[in-house]
Amino acid sequence: MMVDAVAKPPRQPGALKRFIERYPFVPALVIMLVLLVLNGIWQPRSVSLVGITGLIKTYMALMLLAVAQTYVVYAGDIDLSAGAIVSLVNVVIVAIMAAMGDSGASVFTAMAAGLAVGLACGIVNGMVVAAFRLQAIVATFATSIFFTGLALWVMPVAGTPAPATFWRTYGGRILEIPFVFWAAIVLAVILYVLSRTRHSLQLLAVGDDAQGAYQSGLPVTAIRIRGYAFCGLFAALAAFCITGDTASGDPLVGGKMTLYSVAAVVLGGTALAGGYGTVVGSVFGALIIGLINSLVYFVGTPSEWQNLVQGLAILVALVAGILIGRRARA
Amino acid sequence: MTQVPEMLKNPIFVALALIVLLLFAGEMLSPGFASPTQIMRLLIVAALLGIVAAGQNLVILGGREGIDLSVGGVVSLSAIIAGNLMDGQNAGIPLAILGCIAAGALIGLINGVGVTLMRIPPLVMTLGMLGVLQGLLVVIRQGIPSGRAAPGLSQFVTKPILLGLPGIIWLWVLIGLFLAFLLSRTVYGHRIYAIGSNEQAARMAGVPVAAIRISLFALSGVFASIAGICLIGYSGSSFANVGEQYMLPSIIAVVFGGTSLAGGKGGYTGTMAGAMMLTVLQGILTTVNIDESGRQMIFGATLLLLMLFYGRGKAMRA
Repeated sequence: MMVDAVAKPPRQPGALKRFIERYPFVPALVIMLVLLVLNGIWQPRSVSLVGITGLIKTYMALMLLAVAQTYVVYAGDIDLSAGAIVSLVNVVIVAIMAAMGDSGASVFTAMAAGLAVGLACGIVNGMVVAAFRLQAIVATFATSIFFTGLALWVMPVAGTPAPATFWRTYGGRILEIPFVFWAAIVLAVILYVLSRTRHSLQLLAVGDDAQGAYQSGLPVTAIRIRGYAFCGLFAALAAFCITGDTASGDPLVGGKMTLYSVAAVVLGGTALAGGYGTVVGSVFGALIIGLINSLVYFVGTPSEWQNLVQGLAILVALVAGILIGRRARA
Repeated sequence: MTQVPEMLKNPIFVALALIVLLLFAGEMLSPGFASPTQIMRLLIVAALLGIVAAGQNLVILGGREGIDLSVGGVVSLSAIIAGNLMDGQNAGIPLAILGCIAAGALIGLINGVGVTLMRIPPLVMTLGMLGVLQGLLVVIRQGIPSGRAAPGLSQFVTKPILLGLPGIIWLWVLIGLFLAFLLSRTVYGHRIYAIGSNEQAARMAGVPVAAIRISLFALSGVFASIAGICLIGYSGSSFANVGEQYMLPSIIAVVFGGTSLAGGKGGYTGTMAGAMMLTVLQGILTTVNIDESGRQMIFGATLLLLMLFYGRGKAMRA
């Protein structure tokens, strides 16, 4: 597998290769479907409407955070503060709703404030990484400490409950269809629209070749900041889902999600080096992580072994995804 | 060019100057902060971080986006293995050291093979490994108690043994001298810089790129496992994920020491200063009387401010 200096003779790309080249999320989709079938074999109820609803309800936050991470990875950056933004938005909206009482106005005010906080965090990240030109890995780690501090200032200890309106809506149904399905449909539309705009293309152009993008007249710094701003906004949406799922505020709730969001992006076929990938792949990546976790449980792994088996399965999926993607593009 | 700006560009000098400044500030904020016993305690904590950062430093120097996110997992794992192999008995120390280093080397070796032979990006490979190690820790902790440090090891880490300094500080100094020699005076060291700065050229010049990169990851595992052994000597017993606190700080220490994350540029002496600086900064924040929230905000903001001194990227030019 060593890279050799001799150029390989050009090959005519096959139809399958071109297909995967064009749709990088296809390997992730296949892995996801296989996992879904395996889940169904071991626990038929897991692929019922109730089972799927539960899966989406639990992993909607990770899906959104994986999407958030994807926009910065597009441009070759990374955001290690994504989970801290989730925590901060979670405590901010819970604190606002707790102060304003259980009403529709309270929920909407809180969500507007949450989006503003997420956006502000994203812009701060974008400024330090793109405008001040700090290394993304260490700079966003530093901002994650800062955001966590802010979250602890808003709510020093976990436990403030979210009002019933909020989590009943998230866990409930509208027109007999579970709310999370509506959320998933809205998300799909937003992602589709965003993927057709210049924003995604510009981020990918910067990630592919920042110097080339700059020389062809793209405002590289502004585009990278915009990537982080998208990340902050989607992290805020992820925080709404966490809040709907856990029904409480916790200043450390998102911390563990950061590295899973990176893993989901890679599982989805997006290159960490930037310039290549899809957001829908990251959604599949998040679901792969969720399905691995549930499969490990359904096959009857003893509880103390579950984390190890999950870790191994995710490592294998990461490696396999990268090897398959490379073969397809070679 | 005058002398002064040149000195200000030297990251080791900047870090040392900041350490002195921070010690002064700490003494002002809470008298006794810069007392010899306190400085000694800070040095021990810095040594733990510095030893983890040694391996991180080597992996980063080797280039191709080299980074090791699994070090925290290796520290935790090593602490629990050491605790169990010793179980409070001095006689168990040699076995504990051997067992931990073997485990660390094996984990690093797997990382290295994944990164080189399968060409998995280091961030992804070591992130996946971290997940596996965290799972492994759960399994180990279910079956057996956490174990205890042998009294000899605790003395080595916390009690003065020579010139008033504890053994762990001498160990850190030895590691520093060893790496300085390795990086500047040996063929192996020069080859690390070669593959880090231009891998293709190094390969053409006959450098065994894959073997060297695998060895760097293995060394990173070994250094993290040594830190894990010392950590249980410091705290007496280990608890779950005790090593997690070292994962990203070890990278920051390397950056503050003037090593470029792009690889091929830097060294370990600066990293030692970087580890000390981070530790003194955290030490000050724990002594001053503010909430945990304020502490974290100040820490994060200070880190960002300090990063402005180090290796900022180049501005875009047409």
